[in-house]
Amino acid sequence: MSMPFYVAPEQMMKDRADYARKGIARGRALVAMRYTDGIVIVAENASETLRKVSEIYDRIAFAGVGKYNEFDQLRVAGIRAADLKGFQYSRDDVDARSLANSYAQMLGNIFTHEMKPMEVEILVAEVGPDGAGDQMFHILYDGTVVDERNYAAIGGDAESIRMRLADQWEDAMGIAAAINVGVAVLSGGEREIPAADLEVATLSRSNGRRCFERVTESDLEPLLSDG
Amino acid sequence: MPFFAPGEDPGANFPDLLRRIGLESTALNAAYDAVALGVPHATTCVALRYDNGVVMAGDRRATAGNLISHRTMEKVVQADRHSGVAIAGSAGPAMEMVRLFQLQLEHYEKVEGSSLSLEGKANQLSAMVRGNLPAAMQGMVVVPIFAGYDLIRATGRLWDFDATGGRYEERDHVATGSGSLQASTVIKVGYRGDLSRDEAVDLAARSIWEAADTDSATGGPDALRGIYPVVAAIDADGWTRLDDSDLADRYGRIVREVNDRSEPR
Repeated sequence: MSMPFYVAPEQMMKDRADYARKGIARGRALVAMRYTDGIVIVAENASETLRKVSEIYDRIAFAGVGKYNEFDQLRVAGIRAADLKGFQYSRDDVDARSLANSYAQMLGNIFTHEMKPMEVEILVAEVGPDGAGDQMFHILYDGTVVDERNYAAIGGDAESIRMRLADQWEDAMGIAAAINVGVAVLSGGEREIPAADLEVATLSRSNGRRCFERVTESDLEPLLSDG
Repeated sequence: MPFFAPGEDPGANFPDLLRRIGLESTALNAAYDAVALGVPHATTCVALRYDNGVVMAGDRRATAGNLISHRTMEKVVQADRHSGVAIAGSAGPAMEMVRLFQLQLEHYEKVEGSSLSLEGKANQLSAMVRGNLPAAMQGMVVVPIFAGYDLIRATGRLWDFDATGGRYEERDHVATGSGSLQASTVIKVGYRGDLSRDEAVDLAARSIWEAADTDSATGGPDALRGIYPVVAAIDADGWTRLDDSDLADRYGRIVREVNDRSEPR
């Protein structure tokens, strides 16, 4: 019987992280930020049907970048966890923090125990009854959770997008201004992103029980020229 | 966080998810005697079609034997944006069924990214009523009405069900519960194919009035406490529940009409 080669744990983790990061860097990024009425998520996505941003629960949205089938699995698992919790207890007991922790646990587990890590980064956003309660959790491929207060960027080139966001984001922006900032930081001012390649959704406090709402392409165009 | 192997995945089916997680409520299947337990019963609900959609209405009373156990029960509830469900029968299982049904429609919509068709929703409810059959055999019968606006066919549609989950689509109107005989007679007499929304609401309000007049388990409008039947209209723009002030006006008119009718000679 031959002995398996010894690989140092540091090396193994590093290899896995590199693998996951490479997969994520291939895809387009997305940003989320607070605006007057809640949180807006702007994603670059050429597909009309394969969504990156979606609804999890009344006040919670999900956004993922990287490998579509993997973050879609996570999306469905999140909807299930939220609906089960709301059914067992009450709708008020479903919150983004515990959801983010479950995601982190799952991603962490997969990162260390499975053959290959998930090539995804996800964002769980929740709007509070007022601006002070808004929360965003950025969860990495290895289960690291980062909570973000005002804005977040995930996906390929997220670091430079986050720097641009730090410059351009302001408190109490209207929806049109926020979307325009989102598009500007995604493109970096170097290229034009057509409206058809954008996927925009909001969690808005004024939208009733289910805060999540998609901004359709026809609604998006006037908002983009408004900025 | 629930995660399933490909063959085990319940898809967008929430009740199936509950089963796989082991959360399915088994209490309803236990043997008990509904009459001895004195569980509250919910009564008259109606639904009718008008030119652009459907109107649903239901009284607010729940009874346990000869006692009124609740005066403000809501038996007509919104199922999702374009449909509603009305329930007569044992209040406990009925309300639980409605809760699960609402959740299932929302769960499907979120997982799949699009709503079920109206017919799909009716089928789903039928399966839930059938699931309640063992409890129905013990006297815990649940008989809902399902109505909504069919976005594909651009028309209002309505269904009633029997205790075995039998699903019957009705053309114009339907009533369920102990006061259904009176209520459906009122609607039958006043029904035309081209009713406007306003006329349909009046007719539904009137049918609950007459049912309450004859059936002791059905509650009429309670002006003293400001409790009015739940009346809602569903059209292409979705579900709208009528204000109590609007219903107070309508019932005021009915009261005057009945007064005039019984003027002593």
